[in-house]
Parts: sequence; C-alpha cells; structure tokens
Amino acid sequence: MTMTESIHVDYTTRIPNNVGLAEDARVRRALERWHPGYLDWWMERGPDGFQQALVYLRTAVSVDPRGWAVFDFVRMPEYKWGILLAPKMEGRTIPFGRHRGEPAWQEVPGEYRAMLRRLIVIQGDTEPASVEQQRHLGKTAPSLYDLRNLFQVNVEEGRHLWAMVYLLFKYFGRDGRDEAEELLRRQSGSQDAPRMLGAFNEETPDWLSFFMFTFFTDRDGKMQLEALAQSGFDPLSRTCRFMLTEEAHHMFVGETGVGRIIERTCRAMREAGVDDPTDVERVRRLGVIDLPLVQKKMNLHFSLTLDLFGSEISTNAANAFEAGLKGRFREVKIDDDHRLEHDTYPVPRVIDGEIRIEEVPALTALNCRLRDDYIRDCQGGVNRWNRIIRKYGYDFELRLPHPGFHRKIGEFRGHHVSPEGELLSAEEWMRRRGAWLPDADDQAFVEELMATPEYRPGHYARWIAPPKSGIDNKPGDFEYVKLHP
Amino acid sequence: MALRKQHVIDPEICIRCNTCEETCPIGAVTHDDNNYVVDPEKCNFCMDCIHPCPTGAIDNWRMVERYYTLEEQFSWLELPPETVPAADPAVTGEAGDAEAERLIAEAHAATGGRPVAPRGAPSPVVGLHDRTAPAVARVVGNYRVTAADSDSDVRHIVLDFGATPFPVVEGQSLGVIPPGTGPDGRPRPIRLYSISSPRDGEKPGSPRLVALTVKRVVARRPDGSLHRGLCSNWLCDLERGAEVPVVGPFGTTFLLTDDPAADIVMICTGTGSAPFRAFTERRRRTMRHAPGRLYLFFGARTPEELPYFGPLQKVPRDLLHRELVYSRRPDRPREYVQDRMRLRGGLLAGLLRRPATHVYVCGVRGMEAGVEAAFAEIARSHGLGPWEALRARMVAEGRYHVETW
Repeated sequence: MTMTESIHVDYTTRIPNNVGLAEDARVRRALERWHPGYLDWWMERGPDGFQQALVYLRTAVSVDPRGWAVFDFVRMPEYKWGILLAPKMEGRTIPFGRHRGEPAWQEVPGEYRAMLRRLIVIQGDTEPASVEQQRHLGKTAPSLYDLRNLFQVNVEEGRHLWAMVYLLFKYFGRDGRDEAEELLRRQSGSQDAPRMLGAFNEETPDWLSFFMFTFFTDRDGKMQLEALAQSGFDPLSRTCRFMLTEEAHHMFVGETGVGRIIERTCRAMREAGVDDPTDVERVRRLGVIDLPLVQKKMNLHFSLTLDLFGSEISTNAANAFEAGLKGRFREVKIDDDHRLEHDTYPVPRVIDGEIRIEEVPALTALNCRLRDDYIRDCQGGVNRWNRIIRKYGYDFELRLPHPGFHRKIGEFRGHHVSPEGELLSAEEWMRRRGAWLPDADDQAFVEELMATPEYRPGHYARWIAPPKSGIDNKPGDFEYVKLHP
Repeated sequence: MALRKQHVIDPEICIRCNTCEETCPIGAVTHDDNNYVVDPEKCNFCMDCIHPCPTGAIDNWRMVERYYTLEEQFSWLELPPETVPAADPAVTGEAGDAEAERLIAEAHAATGGRPVAPRGAPSPVVGLHDRTAPAVARVVGNYRVTAADSDSDVRHIVLDFGATPFPVVEGQSLGVIPPGTGPDGRPRPIRLYSISSPRDGEKPGSPRLVALTVKRVVARRPDGSLHRGLCSNWLCDLERGAEVPVVGPFGTTFLLTDDPAADIVMICTGTGSAPFRAFTERRRRTMRHAPGRLYLFFGARTPEELPYFGPLQKVPRDLLHRELVYSRRPDRPREYVQDRMRLRGGLLAGLLRRPATHVYVCGVRGMEAGVEAAFAEIARSHGLGPWEALRARMVAEGRYHVETW
C-alpha cells in the first residue's frame, strides 16, 4: 500500500477519499465540477422537506473495520460523500474466466472497455434511482428511528453513486464524463428519461413498500455487488467490496422493518382475541397490517426484483464472465474450475405448455444462478419472519412465490404463473391476481393507515413494533432526527 | 473449572449479511443456512467484526465452562440464557474482574462524574485473562527512556503475547501479577499499567507486541531506609525472554475516539504519558492529516527525567502540539503543568469551546487538583461559565477523562 492509497480517509480535499485525489488533479477537478450538479440533484430529488434536519448518521472515517462507522448529527446536504475503496490486496489475480490466474487489472483492458462501462453505468443508475423513489417517505415516518434509517439508506445510496462516478471519471475519459452527467439527468418514473431498470421506475409509496424494497431490491444490489466484487478490474472490485459493508445496513432496515410490522400485527391480533389471521377486515380494524397483505407486497417486490437479474439465459452474462469482469456470488469460495466451459446448470423454462427444468450451458445460465443464490438469501429472512408468526401461535406461513410469478423479463415473460408455480390462462390470471398482488383498496388502506407521521422521540406508529435495540446502542427515547434544530 | 469467554452472534437480530465473515481476518466466522456463528477455537477477540455489523448481533459474549460447538450454534433460534454474566462493561464495569475493577475505579475517581466512553471509541475487550488463567507474555524489549544519569529510571518494556490473544485499544491498561506471595502467604495483588502502544502493536501490524511504560519506584522512608517498589523493580530488571503473567485487558472509558475531527488535549506527568504515546502513535499511523489535532501538556522535573524526550522531538508539530514543562531545572523558576495551562489559557479556552474536544488527564494522584484549578480559572476568565458545569457536561459526553494513581 502506498501513502496515497491507504485505508484512511483524506479529508484535506473537498471530497473525502482514500484514493489519493489530492495528487490526481485531473480526476479531482472533474469530480469538483460534477459536485454542484450532484448537490442540486440531492436538493431537488432527495428527501423532501428534511434537508435542514440534523440526522444521527454514520460516516466512514476509514475503511478498516474499526473506523468506518463514526456516528454524529449531520445535515444531509453536508454529509461527507466520499470515494472509498477497500484496501488493495497485493498480488490479487483474476479469479475466473479466460484470464483466470493473471494479475488483476489496474487499468481498463481496451477490449473490454465498452462492456465494463455498461456494467458500471447500470449499477450506478440504480443508486440515485432509489433515493428518488423514496423521497416523500419522510412525511409519513412511523418514528424518528425509522426516519433516521431511511436517511442513512439515502445518503449511502448517494455515496454509491459517487463510487461509480469516480470509476467513470478515473478510467473512462470523456465517455465517462458524459455517462456521469446522464446519471443525474435520468429520473425514476420519468416518461422522457427513465432509469435504466424497470423496478427502479416503480414508486415506493409507503413504508411497507420501503421495507420490502430494502429487503428484496437492495438484496439484488447486494448480489450484483458481490458478483462485481469478484471482478478482474481491481478498482471495481475494491469499490464494490466497500459498498457491500454499507449495503448490509439497508437489508437490516428491510428485514427488521417487515419483522416489526409482523410482530405488531400478531400482538394486536392476540390482544384482540383474533384467531384467524386471514380475517382481513377484522385485523385492519385493529389499525395494523394484515398478514395476507404482507404476503401480497412480498409477491410484488420479489417478482419485480427477479426481473432485475435479466434473462435467465444470457450471452451478455456469459461474455462478462469469460472476460473476467463479473463473477458469480462469492466466486472465490466456489470449488470448481471457475471457467465453466464444460458445465451445465438447471434452468426452469416454459416448454410445450409446462414448466420444465432444462440443463443449459452454465456460462449462459449465470443470471439464473445468481437469481437462485438470491432466492436462497431471501428465504433466510422469510424464515425469520415466520418464526415471529409462530411465536404468537398463528398457523400462517409467508412464502416466496414461484420464480415464474408475475415476470416481465426472461423465460417466463408472456406467461402467467401462480405463486405455487402452475401455468395459468390469461383469464384465470386476471381473475385471481387480486388475491396475490396488492390492489387499489389495499393501497388505499395502507396509505390511510400511515398518513400521520410519528415524530416524538421514543414513540412508534401503532402499526409497527419498536426495534429490539437502538442504532449505535442508543436508548429507546433517543432523538435520532432533530427536525427543527 | 475456569470460565472462558466465548464470542457468539445473536440469531434473533442477525440478518446474515455476511459482513462479519468477510471482515474476520482469520476466518473465524462461518455460517450455514440458518445462522452465522463464531468458531471459539479460532476467534482471538480482535474485535474487527464489531463495528461493521449493521445490527449489533455480533456484539454478544458468554462466559462458559465448555465452548458451545459450531453445531450447537447452528441450531440456535435464540441465544442460550446467560448463566454467568459475561464481562459486559454495562453490567460489570471496566474490568470484568473485581480486583482490577477496584483499582480502575480508584484511578478514575477524580473524573468528576461517572466516566463515559468517548463517542466513536472502539469497542474494547476486557477481562479476557484473569488470575486463574493469566496470559503469559515474554519480554522482548526493555529500554530506559529517561537519561542514564538522571535519578528517574523509566523503562519502555515490550511484551510479546505470541499466539495468546490479548487485544487492546489505546488507553486501556493491563495487570501484572508480581511473583511470589505476600507476608500473609497469599498471592500478591496485581499492579495496573497503562499500555503505551496502539492497537496494532508496538510495530505496525504486530498486535501481539504490547508496550508498557514502567517507572522504577525507589523512595526514601522517613527513617532514611529505601523503599523499593516490588513489582516495578522486578519488571525493570527483567531481561529479554523473561516471562510475565498478565491479566486483562482492562478499561472501557479512558479511550481514544476514532473521530478524526476530534481535538485531543492530553495532560500528564511522568509515566502518565503512557496512554498518550499510544494515542499519538494511533493518530500518526492512521490519521496523519486528520483535521483534529493533539495537544500535549507534559510535566517532569527535568528534560532528562521526561520519558520519551528524544522520540517526542521527532513527532511532527502539525500532528502534536506540545508543551513540555519542568519543575526542577537549575536556575529556572519551578513550572508545573497547571502553570503552563494558565499561560496557554487562550488556546485551551478555544479548545474547550469546541464540541469535538476531548480532555485526558493522566499521572500521579494529586496532579488533578492543580489541573482542575487551572481549568476553573481559564473557564472563568474566558467566559465559559462555571467549570463544574462545563466539566460535568464533558464527562457526560465522554469528553473528559482522568486516570491518576
């Protein structure tokens, strides 16, 4: 490690970094020119109405395990968005593909320039998109604790945008500059310039959606980052490795958020003597969210997120793997030849009116494999939610729907599949979809239930249980956000 | 059977994000489809995994006679109940050991309130080794850090813990068990020493090398005979390779914050400089250009008796502002740290006004009275309000610390 590439963050430049920006005038100037546009974006499309609030946020002061989470009150526009890469591993080699075993690239290999740029731009585009999707949620926050968690997620998504923009400026010259501008121009849900991926143009209209989004969609982010962290292009690998430590908090917000809603619902049902958790009317009258609606929201966010993995069978994915640019989930821990030239992988496909498992070349099935790893990862969290329901003695189980359910991309596109995995006719799908996906009535109920925010320290809206412990070990009545400092 | 400390993960809070497994430098964390768990045979309590955990699930400990196996941990739906409280600082104080606890409580008595760890301080391990199973360290260095011809013999002693885990952070202490038994035939009480090396060791990347600053205690009794401190003389005379039974580590509040914006005011005499050497090394190694600065007020009788006088001259001035103060220089008026503090009242008042300033006082018992009086005067003359109120606020915020003996 050299002096300029250390694990410690340089705060002497305007942009905190551990990549030696002070000595890299070209990239520093490019970032400084981009910075005002970023701040404008943050003010116009970031959290609406809370830019002056003091928020108890964590900021990385170094990327070593002990220093990356220092907590303090900050105004979000003054958050120290910086460029932080995980420490360089001396002697790292490319872990997979046709260049396996060669030293990892410190510069972009010319032949892969376009492919690599596209990978970085797609990843980068998702980061500001979710901030835009979540910008109105602060006005209906169920507590200051949750409000703080929302903002922590938001500022870190902002930082992840910086991370990708740095790579574009540093390694992609003029093209990179143009792409960085585009990242601020596209807008979630816009007709003219939408975000690149479908799920990032959907609204996040309420807190249940937000928790589902952070559980399901941010977990896709985790899987993509895990795959890119394996990259033979070392700066991308190091960037993604550090982003993963931040991403974990987002999944924590989602998993515990949904868990606390379930906990509250079960407790309210027990207290009111409700034995049938599917008695939706009665449960909703208690002012809590019924478990069938939790299931519907799960179905929606899970299926939208599966589309983010792309087509199950994809030559793009094969090319990126062969080139050594994007690996598999935890590639280095997999025990095989890491080239996959002769392997196959089972992919569910719709053939002759039924869903069959087909063995296809493993290289082309990499998206499907990453999706399967993702489903396993989701299942762990769902098991924990079910444990809460069982603890209260209810016979109700939340289930991940079949991967073919409600899909717009890949093998199941154009087909109708029930959550249990039966192929349905279009008529039957239309008839039954209201039982599986939230409808307008469900959404109206949720939005009415959550209309009033709870901003008193230590208080929680009636539809969600308090967390088991505070952020940074803070006591229950800690004022995580000072709204009017 | 002696109780052992086991690091465990709370499966009810853990979200299986893999951050701990990724972070652990020695591969002690593993998982199955159900749980992430810590291998008790591998974990060396380095604490690297504690901060990055987004949930706090990783910050759990059990005192056990027999380690929970990996299989048992994989099957947990929740943590097993605690039969014996682990050395949780919130429960058992700063040491997790009654004897050390008492010594630390005495050392912190002059803080002016219940000591609180600074915001942004790392999570320390305490009470890993006790009398029943002390860690055995080997002396690998023993150097005099006062002038050879001075009356004060202060030693820089480097201990090597080898493969035995002994994780420390800046500001912590350890206990040495002196050899032999006392006049009553019982084992001798432990002696506490502040650690003068930073968390990554005497040399960067060598956490097993832990340094102490030990003064050879020699005092004349009223009857004219000499009192020789038993433990300090034993330590100061140790040669390379000698074994030292050690307990600890101890201390959960007199710690250096990792916040680079924090200004650190360090006031000490003699071997009270030990923790401040660790603070300075930590900043020098990891935050050389941090926006916050270090300010040292260091008193001794003469330059020759000031520990680390030579090495101190080499610390860059933009990292460490220093005020070296002498009370017995020939032909000069006596000057004590509190006198120099008054002289630099404007500087200190400016620092006390800033919410990121942390003050640490370390040295022989009694020095705090002079320091207190100086602070009170500075607060009064610079319009900072009553010193007691300011101090109480700083103590509550983990920004004022006293360790004297």
